[in-house]
Amino acid sequence: MKAIVTVIGKDKPGIIAKVSTNLAEKGVNIEDISQTIVQGNFTMLMLCEINENKLSLIEVKNSLVELGKEIGVSIHVQHEDIFNAMHKI
Amino acid sequence: MALLNRNEILETIDMVEKEHFDVRTITMGISLLSCIREDAKTTADLCYEKICKKAENIVKVANTLESEYGIPIINKRVSITPASLLTNSFNGKEIVLAKALDRAAKTIGVDFLGGYSVLCQKGITKSEISFINSIPEALAVTDRVCSSVNVGSSKTGINMDAVKLMGKIIKDTAFKTAEKDGLGAAKLVVFCNAVEDNPFMAGAFHGIGEGETVINVGVSGPGVVHHALKAHKDSSLNEIAEVIKKTAFKITRAGQLIAKRASEMLNAEFGIVDLSLAPTPVMGDSVAHILEEIGVDVVGGHGTTAILAMLNDAVKKGGVMASGNVGGLSGAFIPVSEDIGMIEAANKGAISLAKLEAMTAVCSVGIDMVAIPGKTPESTISGIIADECAIGMINNKTTAVRIIPVPNKDVGDNVEFGGLLGMAPIMPVNPNGCERLINRGGRIPAPIHSNKN
Repeated sequence: MKAIVTVIGKDKPGIIAKVSTNLAEKGVNIEDISQTIVQGNFTMLMLCEINENKLSLIEVKNSLVELGKEIGVSIHVQHEDIFNAMHKI
Repeated sequence: MALLNRNEILETIDMVEKEHFDVRTITMGISLLSCIREDAKTTADLCYEKICKKAENIVKVANTLESEYGIPIINKRVSITPASLLTNSFNGKEIVLAKALDRAAKTIGVDFLGGYSVLCQKGITKSEISFINSIPEALAVTDRVCSSVNVGSSKTGINMDAVKLMGKIIKDTAFKTAEKDGLGAAKLVVFCNAVEDNPFMAGAFHGIGEGETVINVGVSGPGVVHHALKAHKDSSLNEIAEVIKKTAFKITRAGQLIAKRASEMLNAEFGIVDLSLAPTPVMGDSVAHILEEIGVDVVGGHGTTAILAMLNDAVKKGGVMASGNVGGLSGAFIPVSEDIGMIEAANKGAISLAKLEAMTAVCSVGIDMVAIPGKTPESTISGIIADECAIGMINNKTTAVRIIPVPNKDVGDNVEFGGLLGMAPIMPVNPNGCERLINRGGRIPAPIHSNKN
């Protein structure tokens, strides 16, 4: 299943490292990544493949939301379909 | 992500985080026709079992979908076959069924169960009169049961005997829950042209033309529309209509996806998506503020009806393209106590029952969540219902009255229902009576345009 991970918050060293390490530990593959900083605000979007035989999207999400709280950024994990539904005809 | 634009992803996240976008309700409609038996207890027990079995997982599924898609799903609800069809053989004991329905709602964890209802738009049976007379007590002794009565339609005209009866029933319901400021009446809707697949409370019921179990989803998002319009301060009204349409499309698509998944997971038919801009009393979730953003200084001012007509229509157009099955009420709701902008307007005296009545001619429902003085005569309440029904009947649309005659309160007082039901000042009603009209009884014949065969 493909999921979009969104990380938004104040820029600081190590955000990408921590998020991608967390994903790697869960066997989640990052297929695409895009990141920008606008006026000190860090925004990263990742397209990930979650192997549902190992972990559900909700388990991945819970872990990342916790991580977000630790490092002070807001992390969302959402099924890709919601964006396709809302923005593609 | 190659196919997804980063702004689109961030837009969706902002809609939820900053603009109160949510799926307002997943409502499972359940047919209870198979539960009809001779006696009250057996029927009630069978209804309880069927609801608990069919909707056992509704809360779990809603929570899973909320988590997977990152869109809050606020309410989980059940609607049932109009209950008056189940109680024919045990008149006088309807409360046994009402209590069982309330227990079922609590067991499965849904916040409301709709369908303690009667359809009597043309005629009314003795059994239905007995059922209607049970409504005040049913709403007083239960917490989650909602009731509705359809008293008119474009096809049949208006059953004025039922209209007369409902004036009394609304008042009795409010007075039976006097210690909660008449809260019971907030769970009772009188309809003209009631729809059979409406997922929103208090008027939801599972129509007799529906299948065994069906999932209907209501999506909302006044805040999202309001936000989108803020970027168009100087646009003309046709440009504004386009913006509303596009926003409505996106919101409805999310509802469509969730409705489809929910119906698969709950093993029920996918019914409809109802895109209704349904406000809540929190800031940033107001339909009134959309109208004010477009250009009336305070909702209720001249021009309000025109903008509301455009808003309601644009919402429907966006929604229709986004889902194969748009239904329910779909449009804009204008409840007074549940909308912070309406509450503000009512406090300023900017909006009256007369203006609200005009607005209901062009929005998707009717006089909704309006608190009036407890001393208002029954016949005047019936008159308000009759006026709303006439608007619905002639315009081929659903209209409704959900009005609360607040016991021992009068104009100048406030009432607080709490939660999503909100708060409101008591609004004045026209002091001139209509008792002679209401006492005539009978039926207002169906309009000429009902004769289409």
